[in-house]
Parts: sequence; C-alpha cells; structure tokens
Amino acid sequence: MNETSLLRELADNWLLVGMFSLFVIAILWAFRPGSRAVHQETSNIPFRNEDYPASRQDRSSQTEELQP
Amino acid sequence: MGNYVKLIVLGLITLFAAVAANWGRDLAYIVHAIIIMGVSAFMFVRVLRSMDKPVYATPEGYMDDVIRAGVIATGFWGVVGFLVGVVIAFQLAFPQLNFQPLEPFGNFGRLRPLHTSAVIFAFGGNALIMSTFYIVQRTCGARLWGGNLAWFVFWGYNLFIILAATGYLLGATQGKEYAEPEWYVDIWLTVVWVAFLAVFLGTIFKRQEKHIYVANWFLLSFIVTVAMLHLVNNISIPVSIWGSKSVQVFSGVQDAMVQWWYGHNAVGFFLTAGFLGMMYYFVPKQAGRPVFSYKLSIIHFWALIFLYIWAGPHHLHYTALPDWASTLGMVFSIILWMPSWGGMINGLMTLQGAWDKLRTDPIIRMMVISLAFYGMSTFEGPMMSIKAVNSLSHYTDWTIGHVHSGALGWNGMITFAALYFLTPKLWGRAQMYSMSAINWHFWLATIGIILYAASMWVTGIMEGLMWREVDANGFLVNSFADTVSAKFPMYVVRGLGGVLYLAGGVIMVWNMWMTIRGGAKVQAPVGVPAE
Repeated sequence: MNETSLLRELADNWLLVGMFSLFVIAILWAFRPGSRAVHQETSNIPFRNEDYPASRQDRSSQTEELQP
Repeated sequence: MGNYVKLIVLGLITLFAAVAANWGRDLAYIVHAIIIMGVSAFMFVRVLRSMDKPVYATPEGYMDDVIRAGVIATGFWGVVGFLVGVVIAFQLAFPQLNFQPLEPFGNFGRLRPLHTSAVIFAFGGNALIMSTFYIVQRTCGARLWGGNLAWFVFWGYNLFIILAATGYLLGATQGKEYAEPEWYVDIWLTVVWVAFLAVFLGTIFKRQEKHIYVANWFLLSFIVTVAMLHLVNNISIPVSIWGSKSVQVFSGVQDAMVQWWYGHNAVGFFLTAGFLGMMYYFVPKQAGRPVFSYKLSIIHFWALIFLYIWAGPHHLHYTALPDWASTLGMVFSIILWMPSWGGMINGLMTLQGAWDKLRTDPIIRMMVISLAFYGMSTFEGPMMSIKAVNSLSHYTDWTIGHVHSGALGWNGMITFAALYFLTPKLWGRAQMYSMSAINWHFWLATIGIILYAASMWVTGIMEGLMWREVDANGFLVNSFADTVSAKFPMYVVRGLGGVLYLAGGVIMVWNMWMTIRGGAKVQAPVGVPAE
C-alpha cells in the first residue's frame, strides 16, 4: 500500500471520529460552568508581573485587576 | 565538570570542521566548515578563559539581555531581508540587474531563497524567539529556565541563518521551498529548536501563575509543530559526509505532498500561530485592556490547530495528487476562514472602548492594520484554494501578492508594533525617540503594501487570463514571453512598493537606534485625544 492510500485509510476510519470528538470536547470544555471566572482571571495575566517575576508570597497582594 | 565536557565537545567539533574544510567536496560545504571551525574555536577559547572564574548565583529578575539582542537582530535582519526583496523585484523588471561579474552568486535564482529565508526565518524567526522569551516570562511571572540556554538558542539560531544564507549564495540547496538548507544545517536547526522548546517548557513548568495564558498556547503549538514539520520534510540521506548534497527519501508526488504539508503548515504555525501568540499579548498590553473574549481565543486556538494541518494539498490542485486529497485540502482551507476571522475580530474588539487611541497612538494603529491584513489574507487564501479560482490564480503573481499581503501586512506590521513596544521598555526609556517617525513608518509601509498587492492582483489575473486565452480554432493566443512583457509596468510598481516598505524599515531602525542611545524626544502627541 502506498503512502497516499494509507493516509486515505487513516482519514476514513475511527481516527477521524476520534479527532473530531476531541475537537468538539475541547470547544465544549471552554463553556463549562464556572469557566467565566477562570477566563477573566487568566485574561488579566498580561497586566501582572510586568517588571519583576512573581514570588509565591506576594501573589495574593496582586489583586489589582483590569475589568473588560 | 560541565566546562570540561564543553571543552571536549568544542575541541572535537573544531577538529572535525578543520578536517571537513580540507576534504570538502563543494564550495558551500568548505565555507560552512570554515565558519563552524571558527565559531567553535572561538567558543573553545571563551570557555577556557572562564574556567577559573567564580560562578555567580542566578540573578532574580527577568532575563532580558537575550531579548534585547533579539530586538536588535530582528531590526537588522528585517532591513536586510527587505533590501534583498527590493533587489530581486527590480531584477524581475530589469533582467540586466543580474550583473554578469556577480554570476552565479548575484543571480535571481540564488537571491530569491535568500530573500524568503531572510524575511521569514531571520526577521520573523528572531521576532518570534525574542517575543516568546519576553511573553513567556511575563505571563508566567518567572525567569527563563535554563540559564544561558536562551543565549545558545539566540546565537545558535542566528548561526543557522548565516549557514542557510551563505549556502544559498554558494549553491547549496535541497530545492524545497522554504526548506532549502541542506542536511547538516537541518541537523543544527533541530538541536537549536529542541533547546528552544526546553527553555520555553521549563519556564512554563516553573510558572507562578495558576493558568497558562493563551498566548503561550499559540507559542507552544508553533514550537512543537515547526519541530515536527522540519523533521519530516527533511528526511534525506547525504551523498557524502564531506559534501552538502543530499537525496530526499520521499519521491514523486509523495515528496510534493510532504513538501506542501510542510510549506503550508509553516505558514500556519510559524507565520500564523506564532505571530498570533504575539498578537494575544501585545495588543491587550498596548490597548491597556484584556482580550475581548478569552473564550473566543480558546476556540480560535483549537480550530486553528485542528484545521490547519489538513490544508496543505491546496498547493497541488490539478497535479498527480489524487483528487480526493486536493478536495480535502480545499474544504479545510475554506473552513479555516471562520476561526481566522474569529481571531481577527477578537483582536480588533480588544480595542472596544479604547478606539480613540487609534488617533493618538501609532503603535495601536499598526496593530489594527496588521489585524486587518490578517483578515484580508485569511479570506483571500481560502478563496484561492477553491479549485476553480486556483485554476486561474495558480503559478501566477497573484499568489506572490497574496503571500506578501500576509507577510508584509500581518507579520511585518505586528512585528514592527512589537518592536516599538519592546524597545523603550527594554532599554528603560519612556517611549520611542520619535513618535512621528513611527507615523511615517506606518504610512510608508501601508502604501508600500497596497502598491505591492494591487500590482500583483492586476498582473496575476492578467497573466492567468492570457495563459488560458484560445482563438476560434482552439490554439493558444499568447506565448509565455508575451505575458512577461505585458507584466513589465506592474513589476516596476511592485518594486516601488518594496522601496517604500524598505524605507519604512530603515526609519524604524534609525528610531530604534536613537531610542537605545538616548531618552525620548519630548514632543506633542501625533493626534489630539477625543474629548
């Protein structure tokens, strides 16, 4: 079997179903309950630790957040 | 102990390169052996001289020296790449510019890969590496992992650029578009890239933030996928260990498919995913507000990752490639339009509530135009991948126009914006030396791109129509040379567009130079803020 037919076999079977399900799950996972708070927190990361690395102690003091 | 290992390895490399320089079978290989010998001998002496120096503890702050070097390298390679582009654009309009005394080195055929690699890999690659180092540190709240490994990545990558560029001029190429470097240069790039991945992942692992910011997702996918593409597309067997020539393992249409699987995903993951990583950091930073929708950025990411990898076959419509494969490539290319525009909208809408900055901040303006070109070329690309359109556009200059609206518009503009953001920040200046020079750069570059893209649309569609024109008896009307002479005016306009873009780049380098040398020039802002 040459490479192109091999790729065709791959494309036609369960690999396709698996990849597609993985994709759908990844998208649905973004909409899970409680994701909004996580995303809000994460999207503010660029506005922290601008000039100096974070140390574990002062993470809690960096609560200054930008609201969208 | 580590230094002894380094000395042994460097000594062996120097010795091997010296032997290779003596026994080399072709000019490119000999020159490369001499370069490698020189570099490793220099490093040997450097390591030797630092043997009994005390080892200092790792500093606490961010590792920014290597980013500063990257900013300078990006500016330098940008101007070099644009300059070679202008030269070859005029060589196409005026073939006499292939000067006889410079043959074969100054020939269009050798300068063209020099141009593409200089802008994509030297300018774009250095921009990606330095901004990756910047972004990953800030978004992880952690210093780069691996100490001097980041310096190895920087110098190693630039050595790769030097080897690739000199190789093209001296005639060493494996003839694969955007993957021209020969086998030993490929091996070296693999080593550097693994080090790059290690620095990136090491920093991610020791992050102080709970979550990994989305820009890092894009950057990681860029690093991992480029590694995979590079390894598969460069499976070749060297004819001799003392020569640069190698033979590809794949052949025929399989080789073509692997090449364009590589080629299109180089666009997808090097020029798109990597630069989107830059976009998702620098646009929110410059706008001073978080990304419009974090959910949309996640969907953008996964859709891009899952779809892009299948789009390659659209480069091989109407060839020996099976029909189903090229249809598959076409369908996935069209689906790709949606996530691409989702990403563009996400970037543009980040400015929601800050649109007034468009009047006052030329850096924001550059980001907006780069996103606009991202949107334009991700619409044009899917359209050109439709078989009926492709039968007109393929092999014409329309393709070259499409590539440049993406490369000059999207990649170039977002990189300029990143350089204008980083240069004052990294050298501790309030802002760039001259804000009006940024404005000049913006307009020169924008008008340059418009001249370039418009002339290539006209000439591309014209030559496509001329090639397929038949008379009443079914004979072709035009010879190939007819299309060449008809294209002359558009080639001159394209060259002028390139000159404008290059001029903008020169102004940027001057502005960066003045910013690094001294403080910001005090002056009124370019526009008046909206009240």
